[in-house]
Amino acid sequence: MKFWKLALASAAIAWLSSTVSLAAKTALVLGIVLEPPHLDPTAGAAAAIDEIVYANIFEGLTRIGPKGDVLPALAESWTKSDDGKVYTFKLHRDVKFHDGTSFGADDVKFSLDRARDGKSTNAQKGLFAAIDKVEIVDPLTVKVSLKQPSGDFLYNMGWGDAVIVAPESAELNKQTPIGTGPFRFDSWAKGSQIVIAKNPVYWGTPALLDKATFRVIPDPAAATAALLAGDVQAFPVFPSYETIPQFQADPRFKVVIGTTEGETVLGMNNKKPPFDNLKVRQAIAHAIDRKTLIDGAMFGLGTPIGSFFPPHHPSYVDLTSETNYDPQLAKKLLAEAGHADGFKTTLKLPPPTYARRGGEIIAAELREIGIEAEIIPVEWAQWLDQVFKNRDYDLTIVSHTEPNDLNIFARDDDYYFNYDNLAFKELVKQIDAVSDGSKRTELYKQAQKVLANDVPAAFLFQLPKTGIWDAKVEGLWENGPIQANDLTAVK
Amino acid sequence: MLSYFAKRTMIGILTLLAASIIVFAVLEVVPGDPARLMLGMNATDDAVRALQEQMGLNQPLLLRYLSWLGGLLGGDLGRSYTYSVPVFDLITERVAVSLPLALASLAMSTLIAIPVGMFTASNRGKLSDTATMGIAQIGVAIPSFWFALLLVYVFAVTLRLLPAGGFPGWNAGLGAGLKSLILPSIALALPQAAILARITRSALLDVLGEDYIRTARAKGLSKRQILYRHALRNALIPVLTILGLQFAFLLAGTIIIENVFYLPGLGRLVFQAITQRDLIVVEGVVMLLVATVIIVNLLVDLSYAIVDPRLRSQQ
Repeated sequence: MKFWKLALASAAIAWLSSTVSLAAKTALVLGIVLEPPHLDPTAGAAAAIDEIVYANIFEGLTRIGPKGDVLPALAESWTKSDDGKVYTFKLHRDVKFHDGTSFGADDVKFSLDRARDGKSTNAQKGLFAAIDKVEIVDPLTVKVSLKQPSGDFLYNMGWGDAVIVAPESAELNKQTPIGTGPFRFDSWAKGSQIVIAKNPVYWGTPALLDKATFRVIPDPAAATAALLAGDVQAFPVFPSYETIPQFQADPRFKVVIGTTEGETVLGMNNKKPPFDNLKVRQAIAHAIDRKTLIDGAMFGLGTPIGSFFPPHHPSYVDLTSETNYDPQLAKKLLAEAGHADGFKTTLKLPPPTYARRGGEIIAAELREIGIEAEIIPVEWAQWLDQVFKNRDYDLTIVSHTEPNDLNIFARDDDYYFNYDNLAFKELVKQIDAVSDGSKRTELYKQAQKVLANDVPAAFLFQLPKTGIWDAKVEGLWENGPIQANDLTAVK
Repeated sequence: MLSYFAKRTMIGILTLLAASIIVFAVLEVVPGDPARLMLGMNATDDAVRALQEQMGLNQPLLLRYLSWLGGLLGGDLGRSYTYSVPVFDLITERVAVSLPLALASLAMSTLIAIPVGMFTASNRGKLSDTATMGIAQIGVAIPSFWFALLLVYVFAVTLRLLPAGGFPGWNAGLGAGLKSLILPSIALALPQAAILARITRSALLDVLGEDYIRTARAKGLSKRQILYRHALRNALIPVLTILGLQFAFLLAGTIIIENVFYLPGLGRLVFQAITQRDLIVVEGVVMLLVATVIIVNLLVDLSYAIVDPRLRSQQ
């Protein structure tokens, strides 16, 4: 009997130590909420793709840095012609793709032409719209001619959708991505995890990690448990706001609340009565208390916004006072619009917590001024179909997470807001054409004011980036200027 | 017996065919375009059209159904829209997690439930019976995800004996794979065991009231001999029926447990495929499940015949 007890105890101890023993310091396990459908950033919009491959596996001519700035990547330098229409990129030499093929001007031409092609399935084809032609000057020099000057061109070339791929491997990138980055693809157990490993022959500063594992954990409670149990060491975008205080109080973890490019808005169908009336839209905006909303739906995380622009941007102006919380004014505006007794409407909510929880609060606030908004929960596929494509909606809540996306209010197809303002469209065109910094800032400010006054949507708050990681981990991004987990400097 | 088997197989095949039509038609009505979903809100219309063409979604419904059915007959389930790998490979990867998990929890729940059912039935009305059945009642009532979280907090977060979730893959070794399935199979097994124990108990009580039990008792057999030799065997039919139902549930109805333990099982595959409108994957998995349910039911029916010799001559 004694023997068995002893044997059992020692077996338990052996097991215990095997579980607790920390993985080697050069390996990191990160949690992600959504599994990417595939790993080709040039053929899908899912943020989950970029969260794994951007800057790790794939690189573009330029790249977006941690502060949202444009940095050189595969292009070591570039020159711009005086009329702003021709960019000449000088490429890094001795760059190799992970399969050993060498990188050069032909790959750049191939990638940009492929993205612009009629058969292209690039999710952000608009990024390449300005390009007229791409020419190879010599094996390490590429000349890109634009149809018109574009102030955003270098920024656009830094998106995950504009990375450089090789003709030999491009079609297979969905399953076995081949890029030029500091990490190469190792393995993917579908539904479970994706592993990337250090590229031993990287052209630039080599990565500090030998291996990084992205583990798919969709459930917020499971994400909390996985961090607490030490199964994952970092959750760059932690899904459960309510357990954040628990981690803040725990010295083993570092909680980093950063910013993102996610402007969260209450979208309104601007062509559908009564939302075609400016006073109704203003009344709705004044009926919403952003602080209550952020406290109630986001556990206090998130920055109020008064227009469609990220607060961390140098050209940002705080316009929240234009549509401050004022239910009396809201009622007055409604009465002036001929809806003194309010009206009935619908509010379609996609799955994310910010929308579902935020929607309940907003519906309650609208009731205060007499608007009865019936809540209709929808899944993403339905949202895209009903709200986005067919514009069959009154109100909806969604976060627009792309960077530099002020232009969605100036789209020729009017986007799902059905907002059609010629003056604003003209303004956005000007912004795109200007590359001078101070002039651009001025125009950006003007554009923000137009939207704040016109209220094509009620602007709510900027989504936070809630990162939690082991206190010993260093080098992960605090903010999310693009949706990526750049691991190049992580140790 | 043989003609019975052939008849059942025919019915099975017809059911499969009907299921294929229903599944295909229902999914067609569901709003949402997989191509638009992949490319997101900023995509231009021609990019979406190009992707639809790549996926073969621009073909008429009937043509797509027939080509899918044709593939199905040849063992080809098509290619996933989102992952763009063969659906068959996706499913086999997931079955490698779901099947061992289902079998382990089924074995666990049977090994707990039958002895408990026998114990309580033979101690009917005593304190031990009431207490055990009370616990079983709690087992039925507790939501499985809550119980699963409790297990995670005790064994993974506090004691750090087992991983909080995830599945390292069988390549990582049999030990690591089994270790990651321990907590999920307990979480699945206990509520099932509670149900099964109640069924076993009541089936046994019914049987124990029969005349032949009294005869056996009069013959001088001990209580224990009666329970094992006569009562249990006769009480097994309802137990087997429930077991068959439970197996089908355990194979694919475990999405909640798979989520809590972030296991790459069939339930999550199908859930993910539905939200991403990866219809061809949904269709593949549903067909697999329909086939499984048909086969399991057939096996259950056959096992009735083994348990109860009277059924053999009836056919």
